[in-house]
Amino acid sequence: MKCRKCGGAAALELRRHNAAFCPPHFLEFFRKQVAEAVHKHRMFTHDESVMVAVSGGKDSLALWDVLIEDGYQTAGLYLDLGIFDYSQESKAKCEAFAAARGQKLVIERVAEAVGAPIPEVQKATRRPTCSACGLSKRYLMNRTALERGYGVVATGHNLDDEAATLFGSVMHWQTDALPRQSPALASTHPKLVRRVKPLYRLSELETAAYAFLRGIDYIVEECPFAKGATSIAHKELLNRLEEASPGSKHNFLFGFLEKARPAFERIEPVVLQECSSCGQVTTGAVCAFCKLADQVKRHRS
Amino acid sequence: MKVILRNPRKEVEISGKRRVKDLLADLDILPGTVLVIRGNELLTGDAVVGGDDVVEVRPVMSGGSNEGIR
Repeated sequence: MKCRKCGGAAALELRRHNAAFCPPHFLEFFRKQVAEAVHKHRMFTHDESVMVAVSGGKDSLALWDVLIEDGYQTAGLYLDLGIFDYSQESKAKCEAFAAARGQKLVIERVAEAVGAPIPEVQKATRRPTCSACGLSKRYLMNRTALERGYGVVATGHNLDDEAATLFGSVMHWQTDALPRQSPALASTHPKLVRRVKPLYRLSELETAAYAFLRGIDYIVEECPFAKGATSIAHKELLNRLEEASPGSKHNFLFGFLEKARPAFERIEPVVLQECSSCGQVTTGAVCAFCKLADQVKRHRS
Repeated sequence: MKVILRNPRKEVEISGKRRVKDLLADLDILPGTVLVIRGNELLTGDAVVGGDDVVEVRPVMSGGSNEGIR
C-alpha cells in the first residue's frame, strides 16, 4: 500500500478517507486535524496555558504531545483513581512522559478528595464504577484547573469516544445530554472552566498510531473496571458498522454536530449556583460530588 | 511466526505466510480495531507476515466512563 502524498510505503490505511499514509505524512495529517479542531472551535490560543488531563493512555498522551509540538503552553493533570496496579502504572507513564519533555504534571488523588479510592467508592455507593469515576474526574478537573489558574481543560476524547457517547444518548433519548455533547464547552459560570476535545476529528486507531509512531510509552492495558462497560458495547457495534461502511462514525457524529445538535439546545439556559458545601458549580443546593463524598463517609463510619 | 495478542496478553504460533488482513480474519479481529506491529513498524492490511516474524496485534479501544480523560 502506498502513501497518498509521496508514494512511499504506507504505515496506516484510513478507509474513511480512502487514503493511506507513510509515517511522516500520517503525523502531518494528524497534526493538521488537531489544528483544525482547535481553530474551528476556538478552543485556546498560544497566549494561554492549557491544562491537559492525562490518564497514561494513548489518547491523552498523544494530545499532550501534539500540543507541546505545536508550541502551546501546557501542564498535565493526572487524577490518581487508586485503581490497584493499573493506577500506579498509568501514573508512572505520565510522570515519565512529563519528565522526558520538561513539562509540569499536577497529580491529584481522588481518594483525598472523595474519601476513598474508586474501587471503594463503588462499594460504598453501589453506583456503576464508571459513573462514580466519571463524576469524580469531571469535578476534580474543573476544581484543579480553577485553583491553579487555568481557563481551559483539554481531554483526549476521540471520534470513537464521541460517536459512542452520542449513540448512548440517542439510544436513551437523553435530551439533556445531547446539547452538552460538543467538541468545546464554553464557560457558563465564573467557576466553570472551558472544556475542549481537540482529538474529536481523529479515530481511536489514528491516536494509537500517532502514539506508536511518536514513540510514546502509553498504558496498553485497559482499566479493570472497563470490561463490560456500556460504552465498550456501543463502540463494538459502531466498529462493525464502520467495517461494513467506512465513514459511518464520522458521518454520525459530524452530522449530529452540524445538523441535529442545535435542535436540542435549550431556550432557557440551565441555572447554575454554587454548592452549599464545597462552593463548586451545581444545578442543585449540593453538588453530586459532595453527595458522593458524603455517601462514602457514611459507609466508612 | 509468533503473534502477540493483548488484553489479555497471549502468544500464539501461526505457520505459513499470509497477508495481515487474512491473519486478522483468521483471528476474528476487525482490522480497524487494532494496530499490527512488527518491530518498530506499523503494517497495513496488504503486508505479508510469516516465517520468523514477531507480530503484535495491539487493540486500540478504550472505554469506561464517558466523561473521563482518555
